[in-house]
Amino acid sequence: MLSAAAITLHLGGRAILDGAGFTARRGAVTGLIGPNGVGKSTLLRAVAGLLPHGGDVRFEGQPLPADSRARARLLGYLPQGHRVHWPLSVRRTVALGRLPHLGPLGRPGRTDEDAVERVMAATGIAGLAARTVPTLSGGERARVMLARVLATDTPVLLADEPTAALDPGHQLRIMLLLRAEAAERHRAVVVVLHDLSLAARCCDDLVLLMPDRRVIAGDVATVLTSSLLREAYGATFAVTQAAGIPVVLPQCPPPVPTMIQSGDRQP
Amino acid sequence: MRTLPLLSGLAAALLVVSAAGLAIGYAPLPLTGVIAGVFGNGDPLTVAVVREIRLPRLLLGIEVGAALGIAGAALQGLLRNPLAEPGLIGVSASAGLGAVIAFYFGFAALSPYALPAMAMAGALVATGIVLAVAARDGHGNGGSLTLILAGIALSSLAIALTSLAMNLAPNPYAVTEMLLWLMGSLKDRTPADALTAFPFILAGGGLLLATGRGLDALALGEDAARSLGIDLARLRLAVVGGSAAAVGASVAVSGSISFVGLVVPHLLRPLVGHEPGRLLLPSALGGAVLVTLADLASRLIPTAQEVMLGVLTALVGAPFFLVLILRVRREAW
Repeated sequence: MLSAAAITLHLGGRAILDGAGFTARRGAVTGLIGPNGVGKSTLLRAVAGLLPHGGDVRFEGQPLPADSRARARLLGYLPQGHRVHWPLSVRRTVALGRLPHLGPLGRPGRTDEDAVERVMAATGIAGLAARTVPTLSGGERARVMLARVLATDTPVLLADEPTAALDPGHQLRIMLLLRAEAAERHRAVVVVLHDLSLAARCCDDLVLLMPDRRVIAGDVATVLTSSLLREAYGATFAVTQAAGIPVVLPQCPPPVPTMIQSGDRQP
Repeated sequence: MRTLPLLSGLAAALLVVSAAGLAIGYAPLPLTGVIAGVFGNGDPLTVAVVREIRLPRLLLGIEVGAALGIAGAALQGLLRNPLAEPGLIGVSASAGLGAVIAFYFGFAALSPYALPAMAMAGALVATGIVLAVAARDGHGNGGSLTLILAGIALSSLAIALTSLAMNLAPNPYAVTEMLLWLMGSLKDRTPADALTAFPFILAGGGLLLATGRGLDALALGEDAARSLGIDLARLRLAVVGGSAAAVGASVAVSGSISFVGLVVPHLLRPLVGHEPGRLLLPSALGGAVLVTLADLASRLIPTAQEVMLGVLTALVGAPFFLVLILRVRREAW
């Protein structure tokens, strides 16, 4: 189990996070939801060790190792945006996920090759192996980047909006891949999401960050209530079911959001 | 392309251009005499020409080319920008300024290492400044515009200060000497020059070669690279220190030879699948080939005075740079 407690983080003299925290079970997908600017991405980056922060992050009860490579073998992190700066081949991009496991000479071994093959097959990109990343569609690229982070073989996976800018089919495919990865390989998967219906359908646990810094955690039924969502997003929601699948619909017209600060903060 | 065939091909090319570099010169020497001369045999005049003039010049060209090639590749990898180049971002000009300061204030007379030391210090300051400016760019990936503007500012300042030194120099001899650092040349270098620069270029190059894994990871962005266990502060330090040592030492003995670090990695990049780590060693070899070849050309072009090597590389490199800017703008990776 991954646990983050009392995470505080200041940027430019302003408290972005103040006592935020969550736990994520192994074998389950934990969705991190909340309005723009509430600090979801920041919390994820803090837990990933990418931002200096106060508080306590533990995995299986142990504090995270200080050594960056040891930590990289424990936590896999998928940033937003899915950008690759050079036109690398798909196989090579996925293989970058093996970096924390390579020896001093950097030569990939049998295990590394197998891991790359496995995740490329799992994400359905084996046929794209020789293509270069810039020639891919958005959906293909999202799967390549997902394969890259899956290739790390870390017990914890942190993914920041892996479904952003994807069509509904691709969104669902990415989330189901993450679910399968959590269940089959006993990983703790934490995903930042904006689509509440997708969260309701694909997450086992939800963590709702509120604008007043409260954190509501629990299963889907506990967190996705119209009263909590109204408080969080400043809009009314209809929480219903369609064909046995939970659906969360924002109602029109939403009241003017007074509690939400403008802009999507990207520290 | 696999790395080994590429490296073998580049090594073979280096061998060929090196042989040409030894065989072709101002004194018409028979090829057999040149070969014997390399090993110190045969006609003493030929031995002197080969061992005192051509061999140092060749070795220096190889050293300098390798340094510029690998430094260019490493800087491009770190800044994730194919336009980064020691000459363009002001590193060479600042190293030249360091050399001129050492020369102007007479430090150069105190120790043979004072000049390369000052050149490396100049290169270090410039690389640090460029990196700091590029890191402040919103995207944190050295936006092309920021990088080039910072480089222009830095180059202009260093060149202005170098010109000021020449302006105030007490004798014309000093001016000729200082001009070398602005234009770059391998002419009239001594075996001692080749030996002085060698350890620094070797150390700098070694430091840069070890950054391959970090540069590869950076292709995914800084956050992803760090999450893969890359220590970014150490990586930056290695690239800055390594390129400052290699470029600084080169500039100290050969002056500012621009565009080699731009052209060579650019031509080789597609052959290594655009992987920044795999690009490093081939760029060193390719740089050595290109500078040796350019130096050969500077001797073969029939002008009254020998064309300065730095002028020649700029004449070829600058149009290339313009084309590259247009392509980078279009592809926007």
